[in-house]
Amino acid sequence: MGVEARKPPPQIALKVRRALGGKAGWNGVAVQLVFGAILAWMAYEIISNARTNLETQHIAAGFGFLQNSASFDVNQTLISYSASDTYFRVFLVGVLNTLLVSVIGIFFATVIGFVVALCRLSPNWLLSRVGGLYVEAIRNLPLLFQILFWYLAVLAALPSPRQSVSVLGAFFLNNRGVIVPSALGQPGLVPFLAALALGLVASLALRSYAKRALFGQGRVIRIWPYVLILLVGLPLATILAFGPPVTFELPQLKGFNFAGGTRIIPELVALTVGLSTYTAAFIAEIVRAGILSVHKGQMEAGSSLGLSRGATLRLIVVPQAMRVIVPPLTNQYLNLTKNSSLAVAIGYPDLVSVFAGTALSQTGQAIEIIAMTMGVYLLTSLVTSAIMSVYGWRISRSLGA
Amino acid sequence: MKRVTLALSLALAAGLSAQAADAQTLKTIKDRGTLSCGVSQGLPGFSSPDDKGNWTGIDVDVCRAIAAAVFNDPTKVKFVSLSAKDRFTALQSGEIDVLSRNTTWTISRDTSLGANFTGVTYYDGQGFMVKKSLKVNSALELNSASVCVQTGTTTELNLADYFKANNMKYEVIAFGTIDEAVKAYESGRCDVFTDDSSGLYATRLKLTSPADHVVLPEIISKEPLGPMVRHGDDQWFDIVKWTLFAMVTAEELGITQKNVDEMVKSDKPELKRVLGTDGNLGEQLGLTKDWVIRIVKAVGNYGESFDRNVGAGSPLKIARGVNALWTKGGLQYAPPIR
Repeated sequence: MGVEARKPPPQIALKVRRALGGKAGWNGVAVQLVFGAILAWMAYEIISNARTNLETQHIAAGFGFLQNSASFDVNQTLISYSASDTYFRVFLVGVLNTLLVSVIGIFFATVIGFVVALCRLSPNWLLSRVGGLYVEAIRNLPLLFQILFWYLAVLAALPSPRQSVSVLGAFFLNNRGVIVPSALGQPGLVPFLAALALGLVASLALRSYAKRALFGQGRVIRIWPYVLILLVGLPLATILAFGPPVTFELPQLKGFNFAGGTRIIPELVALTVGLSTYTAAFIAEIVRAGILSVHKGQMEAGSSLGLSRGATLRLIVVPQAMRVIVPPLTNQYLNLTKNSSLAVAIGYPDLVSVFAGTALSQTGQAIEIIAMTMGVYLLTSLVTSAIMSVYGWRISRSLGA
Repeated sequence: MKRVTLALSLALAAGLSAQAADAQTLKTIKDRGTLSCGVSQGLPGFSSPDDKGNWTGIDVDVCRAIAAAVFNDPTKVKFVSLSAKDRFTALQSGEIDVLSRNTTWTISRDTSLGANFTGVTYYDGQGFMVKKSLKVNSALELNSASVCVQTGTTTELNLADYFKANNMKYEVIAFGTIDEAVKAYESGRCDVFTDDSSGLYATRLKLTSPADHVVLPEIISKEPLGPMVRHGDDQWFDIVKWTLFAMVTAEELGITQKNVDEMVKSDKPELKRVLGTDGNLGEQLGLTKDWVIRIVKAVGNYGESFDRNVGAGSPLKIARGVNALWTKGGLQYAPPIR
């Protein structure tokens, strides 16, 4: 029989004292509690006072308005929406439009940013000057101005719907946007997607198996013929068995505009182009700084192993640079998301435009609507930061830092 | 972001002030020395600044008339230019004392914004403007059109109603300010620009080639435009309301900017009451006995203001139409000053 370990004394009280009181001990805890109480009382007073004052002035208050019908239209909706839907639906439409532009913008900003950074670091004189020129020109001009430029200048150059630029009679470009054939799902769609998903999962499993075989036993397995069969052959087989997964509806000119087909509105294009090129200039500098922060010995080590410049960057330098890049990159992603509220200047129906703009002035409920809008941006930003933190943490872990 | 600032100041005003419904507007204005008046961002005929920054227009005249009645000086006005969607928040938060910005009187605005309409400066209706080259003669031919509009207006709502009622499809592109909407219309992004019809005529003047654009005959809504004040100060509500009525009454009685000094000497009982040589109606409002004289001297009567800003004497050349006096078959009617 072993000797039982003595139970440690209860530590909760001590922990509270240390966390709240610090060096001041229990007195400090008391001060903190009083301070907290005062803050809570002030918050309560402000909210209740606001409610009474709004009531005495007969300004409508509360969130009941969200159930009322909005009775105005929006020109780009990712979910079905009509004028008879509620303000809450308008809110969702706005949130989705904001997220759409942010996600597309973040993707392109990252790609352009990395490319420009690599250009700037390139030993090629012309490439590095072009990269430098891009960064200096773009980041020193106001963003609103750039978005208006993309919108008005590019719009003015495009023809009217009746003189559309047509590609193969299926794609059209005019000042109402880009019109592409829309895909209509057919009965064959479900088996097709299932086959595609199956092929993808199986290929990934195969790859990890081959990797383990390579690292564990030093066996090289050729997997690409199997992957080809899984990713191309299997879906093709389902098409033969169940018929085509989708058919395409061609856009046709009817009256003022095209009917049929899917349209990408110029506001979305202008806003995404403006946001991503602008943010890319900052991302390029962050990436450049990150890469330069990796000791040049790493680059030399790569060369001495016989790796090409590209392979050295991809396999050795960039993974180490990511640790430095990720935190400021997160800032840029957050900036892009928040800057998307400039949409209102060019009539893109984002959250600020349709909800904090139109819905606000139709209902007059400024406090509620602005609070909800701020809440959405806060939540989006926190989620983005959280994702990036997890990513940064994984990089640090894999580098063993 | 002006809107966020306004919303925050409203939240603070509502949250921190002990008495937001403060019945001291007149005193506040007198202490401050200027009237703060919310106007548009530039709508010729209603409120627009010239190259020297002087504001003119029929909505501006209402502000000047109030300033004249309070200070005997129509220049003591601070004009705050507001976009359609910022206007109510600016009034609620107390940044402006009166909103005189081609704003349509509706029941929901009258009841849920904590503000009241004081009268109608201009009876308007919504219309459509298109390029002549489209060869459209009626709004009913606008199926599948793209429409540019200023966001946060009744215009946006009427548009949805009209196209739905007539079973037509359309695409709406809503802009924060009227200038942005007009720019997009000119660049060809939209087939149609819609606004109150007076605004359409005013906008057409600002286009590069006004003759290439045509205003369609349909008027799809009632748009009575008028000034607004905050709830909770009945005296101030009365002053703004009766300033407009005084301008209409002056036109009824034939009092003009030129002849007002002659009229004062008249011994007709009605003229004596209105011009304050008899009784103290002005003092009951919280103003002076000669309040109507001050107003007419500053901006003229309603008809003079109309002609100078939007009517025959202006580039807009809009006919009086329904805005004529009730005695001439129009809708402008003031309750008696007695």
